[in-house]
Amino acid sequence: MLTIENLHATVADKPILKGLSLAINAGEIHAIMGPNGAGKSTLSYVLGGRPGYEVTEGSATFDGHDLLDMDPHERAAAGLFLGFQYPVEIPGVSNVQFLRESLNAQRKARGQEPLSGGDFLKLAREKAGLLKLDMDMLKRPVNVGFSGGEKKRNEMVQMGILDPKLAILDETDSGLDIDALRVVGDGINAIMRRPDKAVLLITHYQRLLDYVQPDFVHVLAGGRIVKSGGPELALELEREGYAEIAA
Amino acid sequence: MTATTHPTRRDEAWRYADIDAVTAAWPLPAPESIVVPAGGEFRRAIVQDAGAIHQIEMSIGKGATASLHILNIGGAYGRIELAVTLHEGADFTLGAAQIGGGEQNLEIVTTVTHAEPGATSRQMVRSVLSGTATGTYLGKVAVARDAQQTDSEQDVKAMLLDRSATANAKPELEIFADDVKCAHGCAIGELDAMGLYYLQSRGLPPGEAKKILLQAFVAGVFDGAEDEEQLQALALAKLGELV
Repeated sequence: MLTIENLHATVADKPILKGLSLAINAGEIHAIMGPNGAGKSTLSYVLGGRPGYEVTEGSATFDGHDLLDMDPHERAAAGLFLGFQYPVEIPGVSNVQFLRESLNAQRKARGQEPLSGGDFLKLAREKAGLLKLDMDMLKRPVNVGFSGGEKKRNEMVQMGILDPKLAILDETDSGLDIDALRVVGDGINAIMRRPDKAVLLITHYQRLLDYVQPDFVHVLAGGRIVKSGGPELALELEREGYAEIAA
Repeated sequence: MTATTHPTRRDEAWRYADIDAVTAAWPLPAPESIVVPAGGEFRRAIVQDAGAIHQIEMSIGKGATASLHILNIGGAYGRIELAVTLHEGADFTLGAAQIGGGEQNLEIVTTVTHAEPGATSRQMVRSVLSGTATGTYLGKVAVARDAQQTDSEQDVKAMLLDRSATANAKPELEIFADDVKCAHGCAIGELDAMGLYYLQSRGLPPGEAKKILLQAFVAGVFDGAEDEEQLQALALAKLGELV
């Protein structure tokens, strides 16, 4: 589904990714772990097409299309979802309005009919229930006045509504208390653990992986993947620390 | 300045005006006069979409309330000038949006005089400008010596969609009373890049993402307006032309 080959990327002319390769197939959940400054968030933004993140070498192919050649909204319509580490507050724009317009823009790009207001609200209510987020919060301005945990749950509600093929979740576990972590983990499983979908989890810690069992774990250090393995690698990292493994 | 000679840019209230357009329109007809009687209530929405100079003099009687909602969007040069006098305990609300692109020059010039005690006024102005358009707000609040417990507010923000656009904002306070509140705030900025990216990452094309942010930016100025929905729709359509 996603094939990344020898990816090099710079931010403000500073090289961050230095030859990263990774292949993710449908039905798989991959976790990328790594120390601060390894390039984890840069990877998610490069794949999400954030301006200012420049690819200098290498390729990323998503479902046979050149991902790096697409605008951010085209990537979304193609089925890519980026869960933000720091979800953005947008005063004055209600969640429901923004999500409905987003979903219908995606549907239009895919040649599908727009979803009616009633059908959309039904869908939104279902996904909010799954993530235990009060429907009233979805009517409020996007992320404004939300706690850290509420912002992350809102990201997952958005993921549920937009129903992507591939979700890249950048530290979705940060800022969550233990109960919220379970809710978010269950949400990821319910929405994304399907044979036709895939997930790339970016995290510092093992704890989210207790709820969302990865098929593969990769260690990112110095802008490259330095080690890959199964779920046991995450436990090993937790025990030994990055310094030992990434060395 | 006499009535026979048109103003120049040396006249403070006309310093950003399109003097050629003003000259062509000179002499201006007498300002429209609106008198709100004591205890009365007045609401009016004005859409300036033809490139006109519109002058209004308004007197708000004791304990009366008046609100004006203005959408200034049309023509090469569009100017709305208000001279409002508040009597004891009167209340005045202005909610205005000016949205311009190309080489448009749009301005709102207000003089709000608190002539007697206990009156309140609140002005909220939002400008969205692209291309080499200019949007100006000149707002004077004058508080007479006896007008204690005056409570006035000017809340002015402008959003520049291109670095070549210009926003002018000038509050001017002339206060002779000593127990008054006269708040004024102004901000000029551009669309938040991270917010734009966030919206696009969910599937909104760039133009739609900008439109949704700008709609939020001007939302609020038309709260409680006569024909609020129509004003919002016209504003949205104009925003759609700019993005």
